[in-house]
Amino acid sequence: MFELLGIPPQALFGQLLLGLINGSFYAILSLGLAIIFGLLNIINFAHGAQYMLGAFVAWMLLNYLGINYWWALLLAPLIVGITGVIIERLLVQRLYHLDHLYGLLLTFGLALIIQGVLRNQYGISGLPYTIPSQLSGGQNLGFMFLPNYRGWVVLASLVVCIATWFVIEKTRLGAYLRAATENPTLVSAFGINVPRMITLTYGFGVALAGFAGVLAAPIYSVNPNMGADLIIVVFAVVVIGGMGSILGSIITGFSLGLIEGLTKVFYPEASSVVIFVIMAIVLLIKPAGLFGRTA
Amino acid sequence: MRKTGFLLASLAASLMASSAFAQDISVKIGVLNDRSGIYADLAGEGSVVAARMAVEDFGAAAKGMKVEIVSADHQNKPDVASTISRQWLDQDGVNAIVDVPTSSAALAVNEIVKGANATFINSGAGTADLTGVACSPHTVHWTYDTWALANGTGSAMVKQGGDSWFFLTADYAFGHALERDTAAVVEKAGGKVLGHVRHPFPGTDFSSFLLQAQSSGAKVIGLANAGGDTVNAIKQAAEFGITQAGQTLAGLLIFVGDIHALGLQTAQGLVLTESFYWDLNDSTREWSARFEKLDGDKPTMVQAGVYAGVLHYLKAIEATKTTDADTVVAKMKEMPTDDPLFGKGEIRADGRKIHDMYLFRVKSPEQSKGPWDYYETLETIPAAEAFRPMADGNCPLVK
Repeated sequence: MFELLGIPPQALFGQLLLGLINGSFYAILSLGLAIIFGLLNIINFAHGAQYMLGAFVAWMLLNYLGINYWWALLLAPLIVGITGVIIERLLVQRLYHLDHLYGLLLTFGLALIIQGVLRNQYGISGLPYTIPSQLSGGQNLGFMFLPNYRGWVVLASLVVCIATWFVIEKTRLGAYLRAATENPTLVSAFGINVPRMITLTYGFGVALAGFAGVLAAPIYSVNPNMGADLIIVVFAVVVIGGMGSILGSIITGFSLGLIEGLTKVFYPEASSVVIFVIMAIVLLIKPAGLFGRTA
Repeated sequence: MRKTGFLLASLAASLMASSAFAQDISVKIGVLNDRSGIYADLAGEGSVVAARMAVEDFGAAAKGMKVEIVSADHQNKPDVASTISRQWLDQDGVNAIVDVPTSSAALAVNEIVKGANATFINSGAGTADLTGVACSPHTVHWTYDTWALANGTGSAMVKQGGDSWFFLTADYAFGHALERDTAAVVEKAGGKVLGHVRHPFPGTDFSSFLLQAQSSGAKVIGLANAGGDTVNAIKQAAEFGITQAGQTLAGLLIFVGDIHALGLQTAQGLVLTESFYWDLNDSTREWSARFEKLDGDKPTMVQAGVYAGVLHYLKAIEATKTTDADTVVAKMKEMPTDDPLFGKGEIRADGRKIHDMYLFRVKSPEQSKGPWDYYETLETIPAAEAFRPMADGNCPLVK
């Protein structure tokens, strides 16, 4: 049997597939961040907390109302998205004319509050959420055992990412959105309610985070800090892809997942650092990010 | 009628007499632990509840002692723990500090208490150094330590046939130490260590590391990590069918609350060592039911250790009629311990509390008869073998 750098190809394929799965989470989360930044110019630091909220809402729906995973996949992003709309209306909206820093501080504060409240209520150890019975079990692919649920995660996130990209880049609605960010005054002169569109966009970005949270609930520990651990990596992904670039964040999300997966095989100790090393290199060579346009 | 009146009067008189005596000794105990972070569930407010129960069960008021419990959050930071301890000891008149999970914070408090007239009864921290190189005449380490965990899970697993190991280790001092201690025990018992992988701390996705552990073919995968890392690793091991395929997971530091968080479907089959479980015998069940009424959850071994430690401390004060640390700790070591949770035991000269440890296996959902029915006992590790022999600890007190 041939080996690649001392690693049997089976193990390598397995790790690449796992990297792709992690990449799906990076992609959905960074996509939400990119939309919010690209269209609202807000650095949404509450994104991790909103992802965590998605997982918690799924858990609450199941335990308090008996609503299963599939409905939660639809309802939880909706509920989290509505909280996003409320936050935008009440708070974020007031900061558009100010420096980026204010939005960052506001959303960071919100994240701490949301985490604190849930920690107080549900403790820190986490809550159990089992994989839906339709997706339990797995396939033996020869080189690895692929749990059905992981396959579903890749599929679901690919569909959501591509659909989002399509809506923003290829439809009339997306064209309005992009125009509104370029020149809101002109667009509202055409009779389009720009503030409402912005509000809904924030709500949608937040709903994406909630969606990722529901996807994560059965495989990661559902606890108040689950988003805080992930959000820093996701920010690095957005920076590498180019702030505000929709396609960039999707492609970077998946490919960084792959690179991280490879690092876990060859030098596991560095796997949490590799993304930041890449970020530093990208910033030095192409400060606007791989897919970003310099203004 | 007159007779009853006389009885009541004399009863009242005797009560007054004892409450007059109550003013003679007053004791202030500070429960210092994590009240907001990752260890808030295994210690936190539950430890304060346990300390209050100890005061009540001891019957402090009737025995002429005024005992006050205070508490604070050390946020798992040694500097915060030091600042609070100093204030408690220097300004607030605290006589004893109890609990203190997180090894680094515990070692900091240990140093402060060593130089003060105060007692330190540790329940929550793991480091075996508290009764080893860092031992102090004022410190008692009650519930467990890393040596006992490594020894319990390591040697017992080899005896059960798990003679080849692969470690999944958190890449920082605690993980390395736990891996090193356990590997030594495994090899001593005749087992083999096939390899290890060090994961970043804290980690979220362990699937990659778990697949490496799987392909090693080891019978046992030792989880040398804690808290959320352990929970995530176990959750994902179930997902990838690792336990179902015949490999056993060994949690080297895991508490009953973690099992509660995982759910039995995921945690089943896991083997672990603890010194206390609510369902061990009638007295642990009775006490735990009372605890659950006050706290809402079943007690962890850390909270049980706080109760038992405070109870024994108060007994020593009753016997010596003083709160002077040298006298009280000497008395604590001299008197055999006896409480409803850990049974009969003793405190060694190096401060190590000695009792049985238990090797548990997590039940499957079918075996479990109800909420919190999680463990079956595989083996009782007798007190004499459960802890590191005093001579091996390098404690300056016993040289």
